[in-house]
Amino acid sequence: MSKTIPQNGLIAVVKRDCPTCVLAAPVLAELASLEGIVVYTQDDPTFPEEIAGRVDDTGLDISHRLGIEIVPTLIRFQDGKDVGRTYGWDRAEWERISGFQGIGAGLPDSRPGCGAKNVEPGVIERLKVKFGETGLDSRRVSIGDDEDEFEAMFERGWSDGLPVVPPTEERVLRMLSGTSRDPKEVLGLCPPNLIPATVEKIAINAVMAGCKPEYLPVVLAAVEAILDPAFTMHGVLATTMFVGPVLVVNGPIRRQIGMNAKGNALGQGNRANATIGRAVQLVVRNIGGGRPREVDRATLGNPGKYTYCFAEDEEGSCWEPLSTDFGIPRGTSAVTVFAGFGLQGIVDQKSRTPESLARSMAGSLKAIHNPKLYPACDAMMVVCPEHERTFRNAGWSKARLLEELHTLCEMPADPLIAGVDGIAEGLNPKMAGRTVNKFRPEGLMIVRAGGGAGMFSGIIGGWAMPGPAGSLPVCREVKS
Amino acid sequence: MTVLLDPTSEQSPASRERLARPDRLEGLTVGLLDISKPRGDVFLDRLDERLTQRGIVVKRYMKPTVAKPAPVPLSQQIGMEVNLVIEGLAD
Repeated sequence: MSKTIPQNGLIAVVKRDCPTCVLAAPVLAELASLEGIVVYTQDDPTFPEEIAGRVDDTGLDISHRLGIEIVPTLIRFQDGKDVGRTYGWDRAEWERISGFQGIGAGLPDSRPGCGAKNVEPGVIERLKVKFGETGLDSRRVSIGDDEDEFEAMFERGWSDGLPVVPPTEERVLRMLSGTSRDPKEVLGLCPPNLIPATVEKIAINAVMAGCKPEYLPVVLAAVEAILDPAFTMHGVLATTMFVGPVLVVNGPIRRQIGMNAKGNALGQGNRANATIGRAVQLVVRNIGGGRPREVDRATLGNPGKYTYCFAEDEEGSCWEPLSTDFGIPRGTSAVTVFAGFGLQGIVDQKSRTPESLARSMAGSLKAIHNPKLYPACDAMMVVCPEHERTFRNAGWSKARLLEELHTLCEMPADPLIAGVDGIAEGLNPKMAGRTVNKFRPEGLMIVRAGGGAGMFSGIIGGWAMPGPAGSLPVCREVKS
Repeated sequence: MTVLLDPTSEQSPASRERLARPDRLEGLTVGLLDISKPRGDVFLDRLDERLTQRGIVVKRYMKPTVAKPAPVPLSQQIGMEVNLVIEGLAD
């Protein structure tokens, strides 16, 4: 069968799976007898039976070259040019394109068509790769038939230690369908090697992390946030301390992509939580060149450096979402990044007043890094629903709780001086007689997440370099 | 054959040849860079003392914060003023 599109005359593209194509098949036969028509069939080469000269396009090459989106499509060609086309069945339009009046007698005036097979997800990407239309700039790496592609990626150093999804051109194109942003757009310079992080390179790493295309806008916002100079990603990577980027997602995107903000929110088992955080780590590793035991000098690191991403349970909370603390209105999707590590539990099953619970929480907060280190770092407190309820019932706003905690985290310096209590660690003796606080005034953040049962909140500790001279938490809106 | 897209920067970090080490320090100016790590000054003070005793000219510098790379003007100043630089990398 000819794979050459006729220079002149009528052509149509159809599939048997489309009821409108089946409806319009007799009209195609009418046109075949009146003028002649070339009919390309996308799914069943025996359809339409009425047309003897139908052309098998189950490979969809012709459909792709014709840019078909809906079937049936009727096109008139003249001197090799498309001079008119119509979609679905519409008698007036078919009469105009064909030049024959009164065709399709007995049929309804119009019927909408169906989606064409060549633009189905998975198919369109294959066709773009086949015809060299991906527009992707990244270097192609060929893996031999006898080579295990997963092992090949490990050997090239692309993995965080766990298997990664092979970033084929088709998968990367599908990933990029998750954003309207230009693949060539640069979101920032990625430390440590200060490499321009393009949307395309980030999409490749998102594929490897296991993301779905609809997660990509969250990954992009998170990468923008870590590349903000205020976050100091270079220092967060290079420090000997434990930290890495911790991601908190707010706004409608959480539910749209099915993130977990409830039971086990900080644990395993949710694809979006797991892969978005992993993608950000892979970006730093692969684009920036930040690898453990190279520029990443962490003494211990922490398991969150594989992935550390969760959603806030805004619906169940009496408090405003974390993103509003950064000036982003409630209802707008956003990601906040914080240089944090691990999780220190706050176990309090007896407090029933906000005063008692706040004291209990402050006691745990004051233990971060070392009970004798003041100030220590910024910290994020993840408050569980049963603890939040105690504050809700007493009418404590988030601002009130933060204020009370800050006051409770103030200490006289004397018992904290180096050497006191037989502990060499501690404050400079010059601090004697003064009052010190565990946190800088803006150094505490509160997020609500977790399952409905259990009086177990958590503290995510930070880097010993908080504030403008070190790392500041950064929030970025998620753009489609 | 599977074709993958390269997730990396596609460029190995440019590795620079190290400058040849000087045969001796006499007659040279040595920069001591404090990167603002705790107790880095203890180490550098001692080096300063030892070098000065040998009659070697020493110049002292300090980064504003350990968390960020040195500001470009400071790097340029050090480059212009000394023949070699020593910094303390850990506390």
